[in-house]
Amino acid sequence: MADETLDASGLNCPLPILKTKKALAQMDAGKVLEVISTDAGSVKDIEAFCNQTGNKLISNAENAGKYLFTIEKV
Amino acid sequence: MPENNKMTIIATKGTYDWGYPPFILASTAVAMDKEVSIFFTFYGLNLLLKDPEKLKVTPVGNPAMPMKMPFGPKWLRNIDFGPKIPNVLWNIPFAESLVTWMMKKTIANCGVAKLVDLRSMCQEFDVKFIACQMTVDLFGYSEDDFIDGVEFGGAATYFDEASTGNHHLYM
Repeated sequence: MADETLDASGLNCPLPILKTKKALAQMDAGKVLEVISTDAGSVKDIEAFCNQTGNKLISNAENAGKYLFTIEKV
Repeated sequence: MPENNKMTIIATKGTYDWGYPPFILASTAVAMDKEVSIFFTFYGLNLLLKDPEKLKVTPVGNPAMPMKMPFGPKWLRNIDFGPKIPNVLWNIPFAESLVTWMMKKTIANCGVAKLVDLRSMCQEFDVKFIACQMTVDLFGYSEDDFIDGVEFGGAATYFDEASTGNHHLYM
C-alpha cells in the first residue's frame, strides 16, 4: 500500500519525472510513492529514473490509459 | 552520488521553442542526481532574460516546422500547413506573434510545461546558470537584464566546469 500518491495525469515530459523527484524528496526512506501518469513516455522514463537514482520500482501497470507506478524510496 | 556524475550544456539558441531542450534536459538530469551547469552564449542568453515568455517562435527559415491548428475539429487539427505555405509568407508583420501564440496553445494542450516554469524548476534543483560575459558585452546587455542567480564567465570558465563529467551537450 502506498504512503503517498502523486497524480501527474495530463502532464507531459519531463514533468512526471520532476514531480516524482519532488514528491520523493519529501518522503522518508522505505516509504512508498504511487505515481499516476497519462504520459506514455513515462513508462520507460520512470524506470530509467529509478535505475539512475537507486529508488526501487516495485510495480508498473497500465489501466484504461493511465500508467500506475509504485516506487520505494531508498 | 557517483563520482564524475556531471553534465554541462552549451545553450546557443534563443527562440522560445529552442529554449526547451536545454531546460528539459537540465531539469531531468538534475532530478536524476546529476550535477548540471548550463553555459548560455550568443542567442542562448535570451533564455536568461527576466521574462522568457516574451520570446517568439519563428517559422522563417524553419521549413521542417509542423504547423497544425491547436483548436477546431479533428480533421482540421490533423492538417500540417507547414509544407503547404510558402516560407516567404511568414515575413509579413505579426506572423511570428501568431505562430508563437499557436505553439503556446499547443504546448498547453499537450500538458507540456511553460518555458519559465521549467527554468524555475532548474533553479530550484540547483542547476548552475553561467552567462557568457563576452556575448553579454557584445550584445549590450547588463547584469540587471537577467534573472537572479546567474554567474558570469567566459570560455575558460566553461572548460573548468566541463573538466569533469561525461555528458557535454551543445545546443
